[in-house]
Amino acid sequence: MKPLLVTPAPHMKSKDTNARVMLDVLIALLPATVAALFFFGFNAVIIILTGLISAWIFELIALKLKKAPVTRADLRSASITGLLLALIIAPSVPWWMVVVGTFIAIFIAKHAFGGLGHNIFNPALIGRAFMVASWPILMTAWLKPFDAIATATPLATVNPAPATYLQLFLGNVGGSMGETSALALLIGAAYLFYRQAIEWRLPFAYLGTVVVISLIFRVDPVFQLLSGGLMIGAFFMATDPVTTPVTKPGRLIFGIGCGIITMVLRMGAGYPEGVCYSILLMNATTPLLDRYARGRIFGYK
Amino acid sequence: MSKTFPGGIHPSEHKKRSKKEQIRKAADPKIAVIPLCQHIGTPAEPLVNVGDIVKIGQPLGDSERYVSAAVHASIGGKIIAIEPRLTPFGAKVLSVVIENNGDQDVHPSVRPYPNFKDLSKTDIRKIIRGAGIVGLGGAAFPTRVKLQPPPDKVIKTIIINGAECEPYLTCDYRLLIEQPKKVILGLKAIMKPTDALEGIIAIEDNKPEAITAIQKAIDEEVSHHNLRVAVLKTKYPQGAEKQLIKAITKREVPSGGLPADVHCIVNNVGTAVAIAKALTTGMPLIERIVTVTGGSISEPSNLLVRIGTPFSELVEQCGGFLEEPTKIIMGGPLMGISVPSIDVPVIKATSGILVPSKKELDDLEPEPCIRCAKCVDSCPQYLLPNLLGDASENDRFDLSKSYGALDCIECGVCSYVCPAKRNLVQLIKLSKNELLRKK
Repeated sequence: MKPLLVTPAPHMKSKDTNARVMLDVLIALLPATVAALFFFGFNAVIIILTGLISAWIFELIALKLKKAPVTRADLRSASITGLLLALIIAPSVPWWMVVVGTFIAIFIAKHAFGGLGHNIFNPALIGRAFMVASWPILMTAWLKPFDAIATATPLATVNPAPATYLQLFLGNVGGSMGETSALALLIGAAYLFYRQAIEWRLPFAYLGTVVVISLIFRVDPVFQLLSGGLMIGAFFMATDPVTTPVTKPGRLIFGIGCGIITMVLRMGAGYPEGVCYSILLMNATTPLLDRYARGRIFGYK
Repeated sequence: MSKTFPGGIHPSEHKKRSKKEQIRKAADPKIAVIPLCQHIGTPAEPLVNVGDIVKIGQPLGDSERYVSAAVHASIGGKIIAIEPRLTPFGAKVLSVVIENNGDQDVHPSVRPYPNFKDLSKTDIRKIIRGAGIVGLGGAAFPTRVKLQPPPDKVIKTIIINGAECEPYLTCDYRLLIEQPKKVILGLKAIMKPTDALEGIIAIEDNKPEAITAIQKAIDEEVSHHNLRVAVLKTKYPQGAEKQLIKAITKREVPSGGLPADVHCIVNNVGTAVAIAKALTTGMPLIERIVTVTGGSISEPSNLLVRIGTPFSELVEQCGGFLEEPTKIIMGGPLMGISVPSIDVPVIKATSGILVPSKKELDDLEPEPCIRCAKCVDSCPQYLLPNLLGDASENDRFDLSKSYGALDCIECGVCSYVCPAKRNLVQLIKLSKNELLRKK
């Protein structure tokens, strides 16, 4: 008989893998992707394909340079970054800008920090922040759905009247490609909850804080929830496991912090949207929250 | 509503293979290897010599030390060696080796005791100690010590742990169904010396037949006002002592404390039955129920096995292997230990012999942690396993300590759920060992 294998317990593990976790996020992004294609047509096709393909290429180059093996989890993680980046920029952006944004996201924000699991900031958001800083005009040239005519994001208009709640909910408004349809994002979020890929604390603390601040300052909370990047931010960016706290109180604080910063930027800054920067700023607090915002251990008062 | 604790996992049960198999007696071993230390604590000193002829139930070793347990001859025969032998844990332990001579007579020291009612508290403690009874759930802690909590602790509740939350294992389940009266007698025997007010038998809700059998046995007792069944949710690790107490009483055993701190004592079903047997027949702990199962075993069974029987003989009696074994596990798949050889003997802690098929063992290479926090959300002790794992990997044992490494119950839930396939519980054990060594 062959010698027996002696290994430490447990001898049974769940079917879950990193690659499966990544696949769940990609599946959850499908409705928003379809909505983007539906509302913004050919522009969306170009941007999404550019985002995906350049993300794969940069990921492969980075892994090759690091002499690391290429795993399914790596490729799917790159797909998420490429797709998310495509979904949070304006549909009018030229394709070469997407390539630059993806380069920053994959090379600088992710691999320069150590690659999968080690980055401090959300790569797609860093890519977007870089693009906004570099090409502020092009990055805010929103298009009206279906007819490709330039329009303003509803958040930038003084009076929210031009967009109805229904339009905002369905996504029939100007904005970043995958951000406009709250419905599509909520379907994706529901899938993530069903798969237990995300947990309620962080997104609901985030959305809840936005509602509370809206009520205090007498701005329309429904409008705040449905417009801009809040839905995609709360369910797909602020829940990125790598860059957010693992502790339960940490997740709550992170969500509340995002909500406060978002509303401060939306109401007080000369800038229509605050979701991207709120999450990036809170990303910087994650190591601190993991260290100090720990929960109670069993058997302690 | 079934009770439970926060956290935990729902692994596939794999109990179907053996749950309907009635307990059957395994053949006595040709040669029994009985280690003198099968428990937590001081090893027993040998009381016999090479060449002696021993009878069933004869003491082979004992110790004056408090945390220790006696061991007895499980078969009649001649002692052919007293030497270090390989045990399931992988170390060589001083063992008494008996060659079976077919003698079925019991040793004169094995005598039935008077009626349970007439036994005093001291009598019961003495009998349990003399019978070498240890926790049969897997930890093998001497039961006598458990039943003598520090004098300032008041015991109110005795819990018989029939959760059997480990997948594959069905030995406790079969005992609950086949010998419910012995379970109850064992429970009453523990309640008496500890002056407990209440006796509870805890069973998971995936075992309705066991719940019915025990409820019926309770109803048939003359005085049963202080006995009851607690139905628990089927979840791992529901049978972990602290989680069991939390589910039933809502109280948490303090960090570093004992169940007695929250007025409880927990004993396994097998332990209760062993106590009942010792009290009625006087027979010490020389046999136990072992579930032999897994994808590589042709006829999964629940066997009544004499301590010291080699694993190999039991596998033969279960129809042998379906495929060449890669790994043989003593206990369940989540906390069991993989044994170094098929020739190791069954000891008091052997609740199961699990031989998974290659399909059941799909070990994947670890990947980087993506900080998904599934381990955090599942940990029944509310720890941060991924950060504890990082601390161990970086030799930051100061951090592991502040993150509560010593509160880890080693249930393996974190390693089970991890999508990156990190062996987190192993990393945490490393920290624990390091911290305990420095103490």
